[in-house]
Amino acid sequence: MARLVVHSELIDDFEELAALCPFGAIVMGPKGATVDERCRMCLVCTKRSEGRITLEEDTKGPAEGWDGIAVFAETEGGRLHPVGLELLGKAAEMAARSRQKVLAVAVGHGLEDAAEELRHYGTARVVLYDDPAFADYRVDSYTSALFDFVRRYRPGTVLVGATPLGRSLAPRLAARLRTGLTADCTVLDMLEDGSLIQTRPAFGGNIMATIKTPAHRPQMATVRYKVMDMPARRAKVTGEIIRASVTDRMRGSGIEVLEVRPKEKVVDLTEADAIVVAGRGLKSQADMALIGRLADALNAQVAATRPLIEAGWQDPRRQIGLSGRTVKPRLIITCGVSGSVQFAAGMRGSGKIVAINSDANASIFDIAHLGIVGDLYEVVPRLTDMIEDGRAI
Amino acid sequence: MKICVCIKQVPGSSKVDIDERTGVLKRSGAEAKLNPYDLYTVETALRIKEMLKGTTVTVTALSMGPPQAKEALEEAYMMGADVMVLMSDRRFAGSDCLATSYALSQGIEYLGGFDLVITGKQTTDGDTAQVGPELAEMLGMPSVANVAKVLSAGKDSLTVEYDMPESVNVAKIALPCLISVDKGRYSPRLPSYRRKRDMADAPFLTLTADMLHDKDASHYGLDGSPTQVERIFPPEASNDRTLFKGSAEEAADFIYKGLSAEKLV
Repeated sequence: MARLVVHSELIDDFEELAALCPFGAIVMGPKGATVDERCRMCLVCTKRSEGRITLEEDTKGPAEGWDGIAVFAETEGGRLHPVGLELLGKAAEMAARSRQKVLAVAVGHGLEDAAEELRHYGTARVVLYDDPAFADYRVDSYTSALFDFVRRYRPGTVLVGATPLGRSLAPRLAARLRTGLTADCTVLDMLEDGSLIQTRPAFGGNIMATIKTPAHRPQMATVRYKVMDMPARRAKVTGEIIRASVTDRMRGSGIEVLEVRPKEKVVDLTEADAIVVAGRGLKSQADMALIGRLADALNAQVAATRPLIEAGWQDPRRQIGLSGRTVKPRLIITCGVSGSVQFAAGMRGSGKIVAINSDANASIFDIAHLGIVGDLYEVVPRLTDMIEDGRAI
Repeated sequence: MKICVCIKQVPGSSKVDIDERTGVLKRSGAEAKLNPYDLYTVETALRIKEMLKGTTVTVTALSMGPPQAKEALEEAYMMGADVMVLMSDRRFAGSDCLATSYALSQGIEYLGGFDLVITGKQTTDGDTAQVGPELAEMLGMPSVANVAKVLSAGKDSLTVEYDMPESVNVAKIALPCLISVDKGRYSPRLPSYRRKRDMADAPFLTLTADMLHDKDASHYGLDGSPTQVERIFPPEASNDRTLFKGSAEEAADFIYKGLSAEKLV
């Protein structure tokens, strides 16, 4: 985290300096001019004050004074998104190794139940920014709340679920804190000294990269839903619930939500126990029926790869891969899927991967537990029949 | 209205290999293209320009990259952007998301600021979707991601429709603001041949670090990046796998038995 330093010795006209700040954050404190919590780190002052206010990195040992692993517990209408619990599980594991505490922070309105639930996952503190102004997600005001949280609790690490909300919120927070953020980590690990080791797919998933944030705190990472394992809920609650005071400055936003139209409910792929995936090996949209029949027999959901979604053969909400959903069902059967790494990144955590593809060199076979080199048009109907009959040949 | 579209040139294919011995990236070919998501970025800006017919609207395409990234800007120009600006300087090389958005914010300041900044959903090489929101924060602007459609554009605000997991929302955003657009309702127009022919006269500017307000090289590129890549490696392949070749009957039987053994059917 970088901070603003006011060089009092250079100030000749305080009023003129204070007037530079659009948020009125430059104030006279007991020890001279300083920047208070109204600061939005817009850095206008550093540009216009001719060196009287400068942006300085925290230069004392990067980790000094930064302690704890914080998890942003995303809520919608007061309901917890399960990705937050998955991250708490990961945080608890890393906290034990590095002898740190786990904090959960939630922003929203009507968070009592969510807060109680979070106490079942090993949190030392649950910090709530609970206010009617947070009922709708508005990225600028949520950022202000989390910025306040980080300044008060100084966690060494902040983890955020890579949901559509998290993917827009985490970068704003990281930018305001002037710290690093690693998107869509698939593996997280922590050294004893609290350094976060982040691994994510890069170049469309064709390589994996291990990334560190050596000199900036907090270290921030986003992780997709279903990438980490869901921890067991503990019967005993831990820690305390703290209701943070919410200021008008946090409530302020340039965004006014005029309308929220709920989408027609479709079954969420990420919740499915079994999935059958159609890939480019399928010759026409009509052949989706073949896939649908197998899925019905297995009581599974139908999904598709990106080319099929782009051709309009399936609802985009049924896309698996980096630009679609990340899934972790007990069983996944891919039919005519070549297995690009973007696709694999969205399903490699599945319990049992069965792949049917006519090309023996398809990369899907690198990750499939059961690989079938064969024509899906011949194998899929026969398999469907067997499952319907409940017997093998 | 002054509109800035932030676009990027990306590798034509995401195929990369790693030399197993040296651990060095082997990028296949020098093929590069405009980030496919940015076609929607440019299209959205042009739609807004059409909505505001009769008033002065300029669309500036801004990119950061090596000199050849000008090709991406030219594509935006051929679609209808008015001005091309390329931030190109060795000192920008190796930027992570934070350093990239900081450099872009400096470039935008150099250009005198904008009423509206538009970015794509993400790029196909980095896939992070972080630069848009980070840039908005650096510029102190409100931002909305996953914008599918611009409903109206006024003097002081923009009304947009955007996608959330459970709902489709409509919001009014105060200008100046930043929006990240998804592949929404707009299909990108084709590049115009006439504009291609007139490319020699098209307004084009290259920005280097020395021209920016903040000239401190340690704020850009690798030095200005809080995240550092420690190691790259190929994705692991699972080892408990069986590859079956045989008749369709045998294959179906093989799967069925494999699934029954684990109580999956």
